[in-house]
Amino acid sequence: MMDHIYRPETLTIHAGQIPDKATGARALPIYQTTSFVFDSADHAASLFNLQTFGNVYSRLSNPTVAALEERVAALEGGRAGLASASGMASEAMVLMTLLQQGDHVVAAGALYGGSVSLLAVNLAKMGITTTFVDARKPEAFAAAIQPSTRAVFAESLGNPSLTVMDIAAVADVAHAHGLPLVIDNTVPSPFLCNPIQFGADIVVHSATKYLAGHGTTLGGVIVESGKFPWGNGKFPGMTEPSAGYHGVKFFETFGDFAFCMRARMETLRVYGAALSPMAAWQILQGTETLHVRMERHCSNARKVAEFLKNHKRVAWVNYPGLAEHPDHALVQKQMRQVDGEPGASGLLAFGVKGGLQAGVRFIEAAQFMSHLANIGDTRTLIIHPASTTHRQLDEAQQVAAGVLPDMVRMSVGIEHIDDILWDIDQALERSA
Amino acid sequence: MNNDISALLRILRDYRTIAIVGLSAEWSRPSFFVAKYLQGFGYRIIPVNPRYAATGTPILGETCYASLTEIPVPVDMVDVFRKAEDVLPIAREVISIGAKCLWQQLGVVNLEADALAREAGLDSVFNRCVKIEHARLKGGLNWAGINTGVISAKRQG
Repeated sequence: MMDHIYRPETLTIHAGQIPDKATGARALPIYQTTSFVFDSADHAASLFNLQTFGNVYSRLSNPTVAALEERVAALEGGRAGLASASGMASEAMVLMTLLQQGDHVVAAGALYGGSVSLLAVNLAKMGITTTFVDARKPEAFAAAIQPSTRAVFAESLGNPSLTVMDIAAVADVAHAHGLPLVIDNTVPSPFLCNPIQFGADIVVHSATKYLAGHGTTLGGVIVESGKFPWGNGKFPGMTEPSAGYHGVKFFETFGDFAFCMRARMETLRVYGAALSPMAAWQILQGTETLHVRMERHCSNARKVAEFLKNHKRVAWVNYPGLAEHPDHALVQKQMRQVDGEPGASGLLAFGVKGGLQAGVRFIEAAQFMSHLANIGDTRTLIIHPASTTHRQLDEAQQVAAGVLPDMVRMSVGIEHIDDILWDIDQALERSA
Repeated sequence: MNNDISALLRILRDYRTIAIVGLSAEWSRPSFFVAKYLQGFGYRIIPVNPRYAATGTPILGETCYASLTEIPVPVDMVDVFRKAEDVLPIAREVISIGAKCLWQQLGVVNLEADALAREAGLDSVFNRCVKIEHARLKGGLNWAGINTGVISAKRQG
């Protein structure tokens, strides 16, 4: 008998949490404890040796946090997950587990700014170098690979560039060189896109965004596919006795969830960027409604994009859900359908006629659209990068970073579409 | 091969005496991890490894035998930690001693042995780890964020 295959709309609610053994509690209990008792000295030794599975200390694992880890792993169609304190912490857990001094990364160029800083500044300080390439050119990834390259890093849907990457094409390039493809899948969320299905080996999420959805809580999760051949000779840290965890050979011992176990026991345990049980619980309250929210985010964003396209005060619109977007075919291939249209998530960018000052006036004229730096909230969020996040750059540098003077980035919320369109329209009128 | 959750649960519930072929006495080897884990859940493990049998070295308190045919008690299941090409003669022994399940560990796949065991009416599992499957289905792996595939409104047993 084959096991029943559950759909994502069921996994968002159930995966990773069955009723509590001790109490029968149906909702997820919050195990707000730093530590867990050992039954005996022998039990303690077995836990530390990883011969018995169980909790020791909440910096390593915690039952409430584990429910989030399994839920995101299930939604991504992966083998295992590992949570940490933020999306950036999760990205650091992946890269600091994979890489060591002298290694090299090939990364997409138009990444989220925090990711660029991690690669170009922080990892560079440790002797790990990165070559940034055009996310739209799989052949550029191939050309940038060196003998010391150990990872390929990119976003499924770029923030704020809104470029959509051909995951299968870049996965083929990475795999031809024996390298894992790491994909930041924050913007689509696991409901709209599953990069593992197209060949990604490790997926990273800022759970702060759509997975939580309420804008209250920071968190991050990594998921491994379980399919990468770590024994290919390029990753001795996966196959040789671990100096960081008393001689365990992670790949031999844990097989298809070896990467998450190594990231947990060697990296998270030592750097300490653990997610708190309370934060994991708060994120999961949001994850239960991920599928309902994402459908509304997509349909609202599509209507906003169509409205902006026809507005006399708007110079241009960038939304991957529009048929004229250069990556629209990839959206159709890689992302879930919502109401018969490809679900392109809730992020879009547009130009206000009148340049930088008009962009600033638009932001300031908004009634309920919030001027802040987050994305993926239930609320509609707007930001003018040229006067905020990228203001330290001159105009030429801003353009190189994909930030035009008149550009407004919007994370379309799930308020009533007519109210969103009203606020956009009145703010555009006052931007003149 | 028996690969669905209900068959794996039945195998883990009914087969309590498990001979482990290729069991190592080294604490850091995966086979030792599996044996120690299974003992902790009340299974009787019987080591089979000529290297330790020759010197009379017990493993985890159990006498080690040189081969399956030397084991003096009934065996329910045989868990194999050997290269795939060595499994076929082991499968014949599994059938001859009346065991009810041939289990080839994670990374061990001998399809001829699998077919032989199934034709003889045995349960057969390959390329899976007994410890990981037990932990996945009985709740122990929940702590590590593994995608267990278990969806249920019943209390964890």
